[in-house]
Amino acid sequence: MQFKSDKIVALLILLPSLILVGIFVYGFIGQTVYVSLTDWGKGAALAKNPEMNLIGLKNYGELFSGFLNSRFRQDLVNAVFYTLFLVSGALGVGLILAILLDRGPKGESVFRTIFLYPMSLSFIVTGTIWRWLLAPRGGINRLPTMIGLPAIGFRWLNSRQSILNFNWQNLPQITAIVVGAAFLFIAFRQWRSGLKKKGLLSLIPTLILLLWALWGARFTPEILPTPEQHGFNLATIGIIITAIWQYSGYTMALYLAGLRGISEDLREAARLDGANQFQYYLNVAIPILKPMTMSAIIILAHISLKMFALIFAMTGPDNAETSHPAVLMYLTTFRANNFAKGAAIAVVLFVMVAVFIVPYLISAYRERRA
Amino acid sequence: MLTQKRIALTVITILVLGLLGTSLSVGASSHEDELSGKLEIFSWWAGNEGPALQALIDLYEENYPNVEVINATVTGGSGVNAKAVLKTRMLGGNPPDSFQVHAGQELIGTWVAAERMEDLTWLYKEEGWMDTFPDELIDLISTEDGIWSVPITIHRSNVMWYVPDNLDKWGVEVPNSWDEFLEIAPELEEKGVTPLALGTNWTVNHLWESVALDVLGPDKWEALWEGELAFNSEEGIAVWEKLDEIMEYVNDDYSSLSWQQATDLVVEGDAAFNVMGDWAAGYMSTVLELEPKEEFGWAASPGTDGVFMLLSDSFGLPKGAPHRENTVAFLKLLGSKEGSDTFNPLKGSISPRLDSDLSEYNVYSQSAAEDFSSDRLVGSLAHGAVANEGFMNDFAEVMEIFLNSRSPERAANAAQAIAKQNDIQ
Repeated sequence: MQFKSDKIVALLILLPSLILVGIFVYGFIGQTVYVSLTDWGKGAALAKNPEMNLIGLKNYGELFSGFLNSRFRQDLVNAVFYTLFLVSGALGVGLILAILLDRGPKGESVFRTIFLYPMSLSFIVTGTIWRWLLAPRGGINRLPTMIGLPAIGFRWLNSRQSILNFNWQNLPQITAIVVGAAFLFIAFRQWRSGLKKKGLLSLIPTLILLLWALWGARFTPEILPTPEQHGFNLATIGIIITAIWQYSGYTMALYLAGLRGISEDLREAARLDGANQFQYYLNVAIPILKPMTMSAIIILAHISLKMFALIFAMTGPDNAETSHPAVLMYLTTFRANNFAKGAAIAVVLFVMVAVFIVPYLISAYRERRA
Repeated sequence: MLTQKRIALTVITILVLGLLGTSLSVGASSHEDELSGKLEIFSWWAGNEGPALQALIDLYEENYPNVEVINATVTGGSGVNAKAVLKTRMLGGNPPDSFQVHAGQELIGTWVAAERMEDLTWLYKEEGWMDTFPDELIDLISTEDGIWSVPITIHRSNVMWYVPDNLDKWGVEVPNSWDEFLEIAPELEEKGVTPLALGTNWTVNHLWESVALDVLGPDKWEALWEGELAFNSEEGIAVWEKLDEIMEYVNDDYSSLSWQQATDLVVEGDAAFNVMGDWAAGYMSTVLELEPKEEFGWAASPGTDGVFMLLSDSFGLPKGAPHRENTVAFLKLLGSKEGSDTFNPLKGSISPRLDSDLSEYNVYSQSAAEDFSSDRLVGSLAHGAVANEGFMNDFAEVMEIFLNSRSPERAANAAQAIAKQNDIQ
């Protein structure tokens, strides 16, 4: 009896927040998904009762393969590179800073504050400062002239060069090869851990995907009528540097806490076994830091998908070279009044965030139960 | 006799009072000092334009001391953020009493099409504005069903700026067409001067419309927006080809410069010319404290002499405005000579009224006002007059396609595709 009334009280206490979260989070996610399946945005989009017809996945189709939406595809590629470089850059720099501070230099707390400080700034402030620093005729580009060298000519924020280009038409094949490789890896691990039968089964999708990519793809229709090159725009380098500057202090703090949590005995033991400092960090400390790395990746990855403010402050709305799906969503929705397509972009972003967050939540949940 | 006169007088008085009564029901014009409550004005006028708006608000508060004016500004170049906030407010059923909107398709295509505005034809008739504003301007803010806003400013888009002394020094004259510009440009480059200063992406759109006006002429320019001339027709492609040639002679760091920095290049003698709207005059005379005509000069952008490509800020009356009568009084002030001549000299724009008092204005504005009353008037693309917001937004992407590929055909085809997508046909 006691047990039951406990449950009822708990439910009553939780109910208000359940309802609010249900409406304002999940309700509106549902609403956005619904809008993305309509054609809201034609003609009188802002009327009291705008005309909305369900048109299925047409908006998504246009985003990924429409002639006029090449900016969305470049933005998507940009988002992937932003994530890749922000995560690896901030992890790398943060780890180095943490190791340096872990060795207890003089004025450690001062350095710690200095390194952590950028995180307390908003993206708008950071973006504005770095936009000035990276201006083509000033700031960093003029630094070498102080010691008599010629100024740097690199256009940090508006270079039109891009590297690592690929043809969007080849994207299905590229995806198939990547997914195939992932299956191959799984198969290999299963094979090694003795699950030979399962390993062989995992090889089947690998073979199908690779076969299709290398040979069968020519029989399926192209996703775009004309070739379209996308790649890593060098203009994004300035923004990536800024984002890393802002968040490496955060990863430093995470790692430093991790390093301080390693017991002194372990360090002594490593030393007794003849490990030098480098070997200690590489073989003892870093593996212990794995949980910190995991949570840092999750947080950085979803920050990189919310870089709207930084990009808006640094290069403005129309600089497509450095754009991001979030910027495009804002413009499509509120400047072009194309609410349906804006919603579709939002859903794509949502799915991308979910790809990072959901596995993390599941593993965290499992850990807690175990 | 006397009594007859008295009776006549009484009858007239009653009639007048009756008329006032009816006008009270629509505009409350006779009981102006009885207006009270609030008035929320939504705009993106902050920074250097803030004082002009404040002067207008002060004037309003002087006339209607019981009304509390709420100045709701959202900053951001050409209102990119203000418009987003406004749209969410309108969709949420919380309209401001009046809001700033560019005259033309930004008003018609977005708000009038959505049936969010009240028809102001009665106000125009009552105030006698049909003849005070030029017809082309009234056309921009009208549809068949009515007139939808009151214009307060006029800016000119097709202006080319230079420094007269520098041109003398380099031995060049102001070009009369883009072809002439292309002839003198190599000379300038040899002297180490950038022939044309350019700024961030939207200023390229701005340049495009000036080039298009030269290549097409005013009639075909308008045909383009009526959907009678295709963007990928021969003439349409010719505009992009011309732009492609001109782009050979601009500063190569343009996309990271603001329009002010592009103007600075001209002022500092690094560049010869700059095409920018006439807010550049305000920037040069107020911020840089340069003497108009002496220290900076201007001309219609090449090949567009006699044509005034305009953009205009206007205010309308949204349906469901919480303080409608206060708004009507505000709109009357905006359209009045006094209101217009208080606001515009401070903002650096000219009055849309053809009878404004030019003595209040600076040298540049006086010359612009003269052109405004005599030139052929056409609407601007980059500033919301001729095309709806969907097209304007997508045009930024077309420009991006052009700047990346530098292919006139591709850009022209993309422009035609977005015209079709946004119902310009």
